[in-house]
Amino acid sequence: MLDSIGVDAVADLFDIPADVRFDDEFGIEARTERETRRLVRSILGRNDELTELLGRGHYGYYIPSIVDHLADRSEFLTSYTQYQPEVSQGFLQALFEYQSLLVELTGLEIANCSMYDAATALGEAATLADRVRDTSGHRVLVPDLLLEGRRSTLENYVAGTELVVDAYPADDGIVDFDALETAVDDDVVMIYVENPTVRGTIEERLGAIGDLAADTDALFVLGSDPIALSVLQRPADVGADVVVGDASVLGLPTSYGMGLGLFACREDYLRQVPGRLVGASDDATERRAYTLTLQTREQHIRRERATSNICTNQAWVALRTAMHAASLGPSGMVDLANRGVRRAADLADRLDDLVGVKAPVHDRHHLREFVVRVDQPAEAIAADLETKGFAVHVVGDHLLQVCVAGVTDDRIDAVVDAFREVVR
Amino acid sequence: MTGEDADKHRGDASNKQVHYDQARYVDNGQYEPLLSEKDRTTVDVGDDSPLPDDLTRDSIELPELSEPELVRHYTRLSQMIYGIDSGPYPLGSCTMKYNPKFTEDVAALPAGAVHPDRSERSIQGTLAVLYRLQDYLGRIGGMDAVTLQPPAGAAGEFVGIRVAAAYHEHNGEHHRDEVIVPESAHGTNFATAALGGYDVVSLPSDDEGRVDLDALEAALSENTAALMLTNPNTLGLFERDIAEIAEMVHDVGGLLYYDGANLNALLGRARPGDMGFDVMHYNVHKTFATPHGGGGPGAGPVGVVDELAPFLPAPRVRESQRADGDQKGREQTYELFDPDHTIGKVHGYQGNWLVLLKTFAYIARLGDDGLTDASAKAVLNANYLASQIEYEVPYEPFHHEFVASAGDQDAADVAKRMLDYGVHPPTTKWPEIVPEALMTEPTEVESKSTLDRLAAAFNAVAGEEDETLADAPTRTTARRIDQTSAARNPRLSWHALDEE
Repeated sequence: MLDSIGVDAVADLFDIPADVRFDDEFGIEARTERETRRLVRSILGRNDELTELLGRGHYGYYIPSIVDHLADRSEFLTSYTQYQPEVSQGFLQALFEYQSLLVELTGLEIANCSMYDAATALGEAATLADRVRDTSGHRVLVPDLLLEGRRSTLENYVAGTELVVDAYPADDGIVDFDALETAVDDDVVMIYVENPTVRGTIEERLGAIGDLAADTDALFVLGSDPIALSVLQRPADVGADVVVGDASVLGLPTSYGMGLGLFACREDYLRQVPGRLVGASDDATERRAYTLTLQTREQHIRRERATSNICTNQAWVALRTAMHAASLGPSGMVDLANRGVRRAADLADRLDDLVGVKAPVHDRHHLREFVVRVDQPAEAIAADLETKGFAVHVVGDHLLQVCVAGVTDDRIDAVVDAFREVVR
Repeated sequence: MTGEDADKHRGDASNKQVHYDQARYVDNGQYEPLLSEKDRTTVDVGDDSPLPDDLTRDSIELPELSEPELVRHYTRLSQMIYGIDSGPYPLGSCTMKYNPKFTEDVAALPAGAVHPDRSERSIQGTLAVLYRLQDYLGRIGGMDAVTLQPPAGAAGEFVGIRVAAAYHEHNGEHHRDEVIVPESAHGTNFATAALGGYDVVSLPSDDEGRVDLDALEAALSENTAALMLTNPNTLGLFERDIAEIAEMVHDVGGLLYYDGANLNALLGRARPGDMGFDVMHYNVHKTFATPHGGGGPGAGPVGVVDELAPFLPAPRVRESQRADGDQKGREQTYELFDPDHTIGKVHGYQGNWLVLLKTFAYIARLGDDGLTDASAKAVLNANYLASQIEYEVPYEPFHHEFVASAGDQDAADVAKRMLDYGVHPPTTKWPEIVPEALMTEPTEVESKSTLDRLAAAFNAVAGEEDETLADAPTRTTARRIDQTSAARNPRLSWHALDEE
């Protein structure tokens, strides 16, 4: 090979000036495959095995085996972005089906084929609001209970714009509508509401919020996820302009916060959508075929005038989400959501029977999680629960949050027993 | 042409070359039907819901299929995809190297499946992996501090730009409102700078394809926040004047940003930190072989010099202080911490954990020698392939990738025709500095015989008529797809197809 190239040594191929050459070592030891697997297994073995009653934006739903087996087929796993659609029809079709799933769930006409996660999708929604609004407004309204990761990511996304982020309060776990109405004026370009809320409560006045947004020409952005959307009010029916959220509640197991940014919007914003879109077209044989489309919105064509800087996205997670949804089917999705309502209510009832515990704290309907008040300090209770093998959220001095999504029915008795012992 | 004609056409191509007939299912005149064409079932939501009617939707309509039906659907779809496991994939600037299988097993370990809100004491294993990976990446890039949070390369760029903004603001330099980007840079550089609120100053290349120092001198000013640079650049050329470039940028008080897309060329031979870069991102799905999954997920960790470390996203991982009297030999523990002047977060949690885990395993497997060997073979392979193809390569000496010119042929058509020869084509029509560009990066993983087959594919197409190219591809699942009508009449869901 060197002869063909016409050099004596591989080193001759490197055109690196001596003053910036690296002649040292990283000091990283090489290992065999077996040793590497053992190393990682041994390090990760330091994680405690706990039953996680955790949610707040990241959920441990059971992922059917079919998802791993099919998504791990190596053509899915080892292909690149579909720049050559003729040889990538399978992935494009799967993403087209993913987009269709979100269109059905949201009632909005357009869904892209992924953002990174819920937080970045929210950030992208705000920059969309900035682009599509004609007025000089610059306020983005978000719940005061918005997860810190989402709030902070949003702040970074709008740092390059004139937008500022303001919070509106909650009333007994859902939007304080009167306070929101007072906060809204002509200066507001976007109202963000989550359903269910970060506390697991289900919003009761979405239609009125949609009207409020429409009256002031603010973009109504709704945060949700595919399981919740299977039964809760359809975003299009309450006037939502954009839906964001974490779609990986279907498709990904607990994975330390890795997600899949759901992004859907009304057709009016088609040319302003961030991220990739798969469209149907025809090939030279006049058969239907799929391709990435409307790419003039994207960074590799439009550069600094692109709708977003996103390039690599979460396509393979979107594939998994589509597979999980298909595996459940519509009845399975509705069942899963309804079980989340029933099981949360049942567990809350049982915890509420314990002395020194009130659950749920909010007198609302809940999906999969709820807030618990404990008479004793919440931190101490959480620590005691952890020693018994259970992880819960601490959300206030005397407030815990508990989620049933990743807990099997046969563990619920043990959860109640553990609570009973630690609140004693 | 009808579908039947197209199928006959498959037999036409020469038997001298390797050919690739991709799977093609045809059902009722169409390729594999959509799930929605196999079944749609409407479920009324209100009937069985524990929620009051006014809080629920009326119904939902989706496919309800048996597990075998689904397995066949997705198996067929997978067969209609070309991946790195199907054959060579020399997409320039994308570094499509083989993805080791064992890293998938590592990522599937149940012990790694933890929730991000777990107490730090209960996830010491996860924190240890993250800490070690921060350390590995710092060494590889010559950087003092690393964040693993950015979920992709472009997100890493965004962190870099936000860190630069925070740094300048911290120093009271609010006037810096320009980011300089070479014309040949990746589109994400421009888009990221704009997302960060900066004016983008585009920098032309010199005649040899590198940064034009006079143009850079003219572009730099007290308003310069940063220069974003890829090295080797998108032509595969090393920016020989990098030390001088760094000095020029630093002299006006700007920061130098390294786009890590092409780091694979330099592993073990040169480090951005030693070249004077202040901040860089790593594309782990390029350099460190995590699978690209048809578009993602990736991860885009960012490394910085000490001076910028206080501005990195929160949280990062560090070793816990050992209290006096701690027993020797006790296992090191780790904790999360927020850098003093952190820009906050760019992801809801800590980024793409499963991808980071694969990255860690890949680096731990290769070690010093393996990483250095990767850059050697990547550069050797690119140079060998270039020596074997008939297309002209105007700019050299290139490293891990080269940009050939299709000359009088249309580069996009060349790419389509290459598909018929069983290889994935290069990136086309970019960078624009080379007419009809074929940007080619074979990576270190291909053997000489595979490179020879790749070269044969290039050369076969180089000798073919324009009409043959315009008619390609013929052996892929779908024939040439009409891009114009896809964009003019957007149909982005099966609901949109219903309306026709």
